[in-house]
Amino acid sequence: MDAMLHITTLHYLVLGAALFLLGVIGVLTRRNVVIVLMSIELILNAVNLNLVAFSRYWQGIHGAGALHGQVFAIFVITDAAAEAAVGLGILIAFFRNKETVNVDEVNLLKW
Amino acid sequence: MNPAATNPPVATPFFFYLLAATMIIGGILVITRKNAVHSAMALITALLAQSGLYLMLYAPFVAGVQIILYAGGIMVLFLFVIMLINIERTVKERQFNKQWLVGIVAAAALGGLFIAVYTTATAGKPLFPEGRVTYGEGQNTQAVAALLFDRSAGQYMFAFEIASLLLLVAIIGAVVMAKKRI
Repeated sequence: MDAMLHITTLHYLVLGAALFLLGVIGVLTRRNVVIVLMSIELILNAVNLNLVAFSRYWQGIHGAGALHGQVFAIFVITDAAAEAAVGLGILIAFFRNKETVNVDEVNLLKW
Repeated sequence: MNPAATNPPVATPFFFYLLAATMIIGGILVITRKNAVHSAMALITALLAQSGLYLMLYAPFVAGVQIILYAGGIMVLFLFVIMLINIERTVKERQFNKQWLVGIVAAAALGGLFIAVYTTATAGKPLFPEGRVTYGEGQNTQAVAALLFDRSAGQYMFAFEIASLLLLVAIIGAVVMAKKRI
């Protein structure tokens, strides 16, 4: 019971792993490209949660100024913004050519 | 003495489990809803709950960035694109691809790996012995800025410049992709 009520870094890691798994399931099973991109955002957010939790743990060892995890999380958010912009741009170009948003209809390079 | 160090946060387990449950339910809704707009709404809920978790981890700056950039910026971009390409028939079509079973099996293998790692690593001794040190939020933004910009202590200045270059490339790339004729 104490392990449930005393919130530690591990709790955040387990939550991050669960969100990561949900994102992986979304990426691997959905057909709609928009929802696949949203699942990728879910994965990136799971990683961000882990980074910030580790940053908190690291602060407990090295003092309040050791915020490397939070800086990394900000960089991951920047990358997520770039990835969303490029991904949605590709999606618009794809939709203009094929009139569909389903990933399994993108099979030009498939043998 | 900084007030946050003398007043530890109240009801931490309650808020952790509340926000965690919100995030998990939001994530499940994202990957199960037929309508992409509903998925986006569920994702926004999950992102807002996550910014609450950032606040509990004493990361107010990251929490603010999460709300402004993710819930406010990226998700609006998603909603715009959904409005642009939303076609009614996608709701009536098959939602999962033909390899969904393989995908579930792969995800289950990954989940088994996570469970194995977290249970064996925590057997006997705690994986992350916690000092339970409470730090105030007052200096957080300044400390992040010092890491990013300070000439002597800033280790991430170069990475910051690279990130700005990445954003420039992404802007140009998005325009080139979405434009009809260049």
